[in-house]
Amino acid sequence: MHPRLELRNISKRYPGVVANDDVSLSIQPGEIHAVLGENGAGKSTLMKIIYGAAQADSGEIYCDGNLITAHNPAMSRALGIEMVYQHFALFESVSVVENIALSASSAFDLPSLAEKIRELSLRYGMPIDPHRQVHDLSVGERQRVEIVRCLLQAPKLLILDEPTSVLTPQAVVKLFDTLRQLAAEGCSIVYISHKLDEVQELCDTATVLRNGKVTGTARPKETTSLELARMMVGSKLPEMHVSPATPSEKPVLEVKNLSAKARDHFGVDLKDVSFDVRGGEIVGLAGVSGNGQAELVALLSGERRHTQDDAIKIGGTPAAGLRPDERRKLGLAFVPEERLGRGAVPSHTLWENAVLTAHRFGTVSKGLVDRRKASAFAAGIIDRFKVKANGTGATAQSLSGGNLQKFIVGREIALAPKLLLVSQPTWGVDVGASAFIRQTIVDLSRAGTAVFVVSEELDELFEICDRLLVICKGRVSPPLVRTSTDREEIGLLMTGRTMNKDRSGDVALQD
Amino acid sequence: MRFRIEQRPEPSAAMRIAAPVLASLLTLIVGSLFFASLGHEPLPTLYAFFVEPLSSMNGLSEWLLKASPLILIACGLAVGFRANVWNIGAEGQFTMGAIAASGVGLFWPNPDSALVLPLMFLAGMAAGMAWAAIPAFLRARMNTNEILVTLMMTYIATLFLSYLVHGPWRDPAGFNYPQTALLPTAAMFESFDPAYRLNPSIFITIVAVLLMWLFADRSFLGYKMSVSGAAPLAARYAGFRESAAVWIGLLAGGAAAGIAGMAEAAGPLGQLSPQISPGYGFAAIIVAFIGRLNAFGIVLGGLLMSLLFLGGEGVQMTLALPSALTRIFQGILLFFLLAADFFIFYRIRPVRPASDTHALETAR
Amino acid sequence: MELFIAIFTGTIIAATPLIFAALGELVVEKSGVLNLGIEGMMLMGAALAFWAVTAGYSMPVAIIAGALAGAAASLLFGVLALTFLTNQYAAGLALAIFGSGVSAFLGRGFGSAPIEALHRVDIPVLSDLPLIGPLLFRFDPLVYLALLMFVAISWFLYRTKAGLILRTIGESPQTSHAIGYPVIRIRYMAVLFGGLMAGLAGAYLSVAYTPLWVENMTAGNGWIALALVVFATWRPLRVLLGAWLFGGMTILQLQGQALGLQVPSELLSALPYLATIVVLVLISRNRQVLALHFPASLAKPFRPAG
Repeated sequence: MHPRLELRNISKRYPGVVANDDVSLSIQPGEIHAVLGENGAGKSTLMKIIYGAAQADSGEIYCDGNLITAHNPAMSRALGIEMVYQHFALFESVSVVENIALSASSAFDLPSLAEKIRELSLRYGMPIDPHRQVHDLSVGERQRVEIVRCLLQAPKLLILDEPTSVLTPQAVVKLFDTLRQLAAEGCSIVYISHKLDEVQELCDTATVLRNGKVTGTARPKETTSLELARMMVGSKLPEMHVSPATPSEKPVLEVKNLSAKARDHFGVDLKDVSFDVRGGEIVGLAGVSGNGQAELVALLSGERRHTQDDAIKIGGTPAAGLRPDERRKLGLAFVPEERLGRGAVPSHTLWENAVLTAHRFGTVSKGLVDRRKASAFAAGIIDRFKVKANGTGATAQSLSGGNLQKFIVGREIALAPKLLLVSQPTWGVDVGASAFIRQTIVDLSRAGTAVFVVSEELDELFEICDRLLVICKGRVSPPLVRTSTDREEIGLLMTGRTMNKDRSGDVALQD
Repeated sequence: MRFRIEQRPEPSAAMRIAAPVLASLLTLIVGSLFFASLGHEPLPTLYAFFVEPLSSMNGLSEWLLKASPLILIACGLAVGFRANVWNIGAEGQFTMGAIAASGVGLFWPNPDSALVLPLMFLAGMAAGMAWAAIPAFLRARMNTNEILVTLMMTYIATLFLSYLVHGPWRDPAGFNYPQTALLPTAAMFESFDPAYRLNPSIFITIVAVLLMWLFADRSFLGYKMSVSGAAPLAARYAGFRESAAVWIGLLAGGAAAGIAGMAEAAGPLGQLSPQISPGYGFAAIIVAFIGRLNAFGIVLGGLLMSLLFLGGEGVQMTLALPSALTRIFQGILLFFLLAADFFIFYRIRPVRPASDTHALETAR
Repeated sequence: MELFIAIFTGTIIAATPLIFAALGELVVEKSGVLNLGIEGMMLMGAALAFWAVTAGYSMPVAIIAGALAGAAASLLFGVLALTFLTNQYAAGLALAIFGSGVSAFLGRGFGSAPIEALHRVDIPVLSDLPLIGPLLFRFDPLVYLALLMFVAISWFLYRTKAGLILRTIGESPQTSHAIGYPVIRIRYMAVLFGGLMAGLAGAYLSVAYTPLWVENMTAGNGWIALALVVFATWRPLRVLLGAWLFGGMTILQLQGQALGLQVPSELLSALPYLATIVVLVLISRNRQVLALHFPASLAKPFRPAG
């Protein structure tokens, strides 16, 4: 029997990077096959090539023994290959059924399609209302829409790209049940992930990628985590050093009864948010994305201001009405989630991007930009944070994600902040740079800075934070001490279920 | 052989310089073809268009005289364009500047005073700024699209001028022509040489170019505006005020256009009539783009555009070709320039044809 | 009553070019592309249609020629904006300037004599009805075509799959590309359609509305059409209402002059421009309303990755 899908010697290069280098793999009908690798290992590129959304420079793809030529997504769908993207391919401004109709080959008959969606979603245990607008759906619900969209085509091969990164631990269990049911019905599944435990729990076989190359294939259920991890990251596993925190007496950041309406109806209202962060500790904010993190971060950074000035205090000074540059004078530094276009100007050079927030640090005098000082400042960051760049004259957009993030983190830390606000510190950053960035953040906090980290990666938060908050539908939980909580509890809070009373009282007292 | 377009890892510095040259050459080629299709010998026509105007002292004087307002306005507009503030109503701001300055020149109680000219300068600048302040206020406070508002304000300014010269400001001794009286001598720039029209107002333009260079290349304010233009979210992240960029961008353009209007009225025109601008306000937009929103680039762009105006007038007289050619050339030049810019950021590379790969595979 | 009929029918007629141009631009913008060059495309359409009439071609041929001229002009913009990923503001402005130049160039031979305008068609029976007849059933065919286009475009955008594809490309071309739609090709079609409609609008001006060649005869109508799309918050019905509002303004200005109102004629002429500003201000203040139907990718260059 032919394998459902076979890749032979796939290579793909982008300017400056080899995304896939001579990758071969083969998947049988009904098999759940993991493509395992760190961020930047080339998994997403490989999936795009399988789906036809990108073309390989060389190599061949066979489906049920037939060579695919002139590949594109429409052809993939005709062959029964469907893909669930990591960042969903859904349009916010239209309804669920309209979204699905866009990728359905059937006649444009919305009522009957809606009926089918209802039926199918119930059969696989993930009910959705086909007439809701997508912008009203939670991230988990959007994923259901994506999966149902694929299932409607009765796929022979389903590709899922990091599907659990947006789910609570409880929702992951449900998703896995659905996937197993599908595989049992004969559908092959390609499961892309960097999470070892999930792959071990779900997948029959795994192909491991590193730097675009296949470094091994394994049966994850019969292989130890250590072996898999070694294939993923090579021999040296980075280690973290997290010494115990010694929080300051007075909080550096105080948020009290902060409520705010969403700015448009794609956003989330914040409701009565209160917490504080002390010098010398790291407080993390967990939550499924789209639960108000963006709004909270914008209010903390000053990108959005609030009329009630003492709802946010920095170093004791009411700051909710201040602009970002005014808050920086109080000691705030901020690493935003989007690097290009927010944390840095893509078309500007690194020295120009240094001036963006470091203009009070000697790079500007008498209203004129001092190029020499700005260059020296940028060179200092490049040097100290081992940023791989073509000098201080390189544009921000020419750097890899990890290196740009190191530059931005480095720039903000060079401002010697009293309070550091970091959003998604290691999103899309390769493993080495991630470890470096996390360690840098920990070291900064141990030197006395108050750090507030927003992340969707629970692993990351558990690794570096001293206390954890959970945000759900615009409400923020009371703080939990990292050493006395676990994923189960955080997961429940992420879905908005309240804990039993004595437990939360316990947590509140511990601080 | 197939080709593929790919993004350059870094924008090409060489293409940045080559693009305007390439665009100019292509414009010339298309221009020749165009002339040929009209039955004119391409080379002599191009000569008449682009070379003849510069072959006399008077031609050179006219060249600089026309380049001056174009460069001045383009410098002002570029300040806004760098911040993505799209003031395309410089024509209206120019008109208001000319009106206000002429008003002072015509009605100042002491027409021989040495103060008249400086006052006209201030009036022209203030009027241009005031005309630009309306769209600035509407954009900053009311989120109203400045492109449309500045443009509508231009139509209104033109109608206002028409009202003045047909009505209250019409020269009673002017045989009923729709025009004002001539400005008194003290309200005019005196030409360097009575034989030619070039006058000292060109120094204003030179100062403006230097200011523009300082602003764009050196100042922190210019830096902030370029961040606002290139990445609005980064500007917000850094705490640079968007409304400041809007105000500065529009007022700079308004001031420059207003001053240019004043210099035109107090220079070559000497009076107001319904038609006071051959489209300087719109052409300056193109100049700003050709000059890549950079002070010295704008100087070159202004000289080129001025030549297009002169050439258009020239062939109109010598070859009886319509002066509308100037606008056609302007449009074509901008088209080519925009297209050529593509190659600053992208390149075309040959890729091995897919069929070759297969041939190799089967051979194996 | 005569006056009322004159104002009413005048409004409908004056609104017709705006309806064409603004509906065309609506489709373009819904696909996420901003073409500021409507004025240029209209002028090209006006010039070519006028030329065709003076050259002795029949009226339908002239009108089609005008529409095609608009489409050809839009193709220039399309190549720049969609293939060369140019700043769409700049490309649109270039088209506006270029179009006015080309039309003035063509128009040098037109002279100042009027041509015979597009004939009115009295719809049998209906046009004889009292009051309703003269109000609704005695227009030239293009007036009815404009209304037909409104119905067709509304139906297309909100009732067909192709319309859904167009709208969603306007929200996120990246996503559309990811699920396999030829974004660039569809945007080209939208831009060409917009050009066709703008050309039609121009043709209407020069062969039906004021059958007399005047340089820059669009007099800002192209820009007003752009403003109408914003005013309409990207909804066809509101485009229609807005066009009538502006048509009414134009007629008021003409009738005002006829009635001998003691106001400078320039002030009356400025009314449509003033009204445009006022209307833009009123509609832009509420960002939430604007965001609701706003094509999120508007004027952002898109290049398919991979």
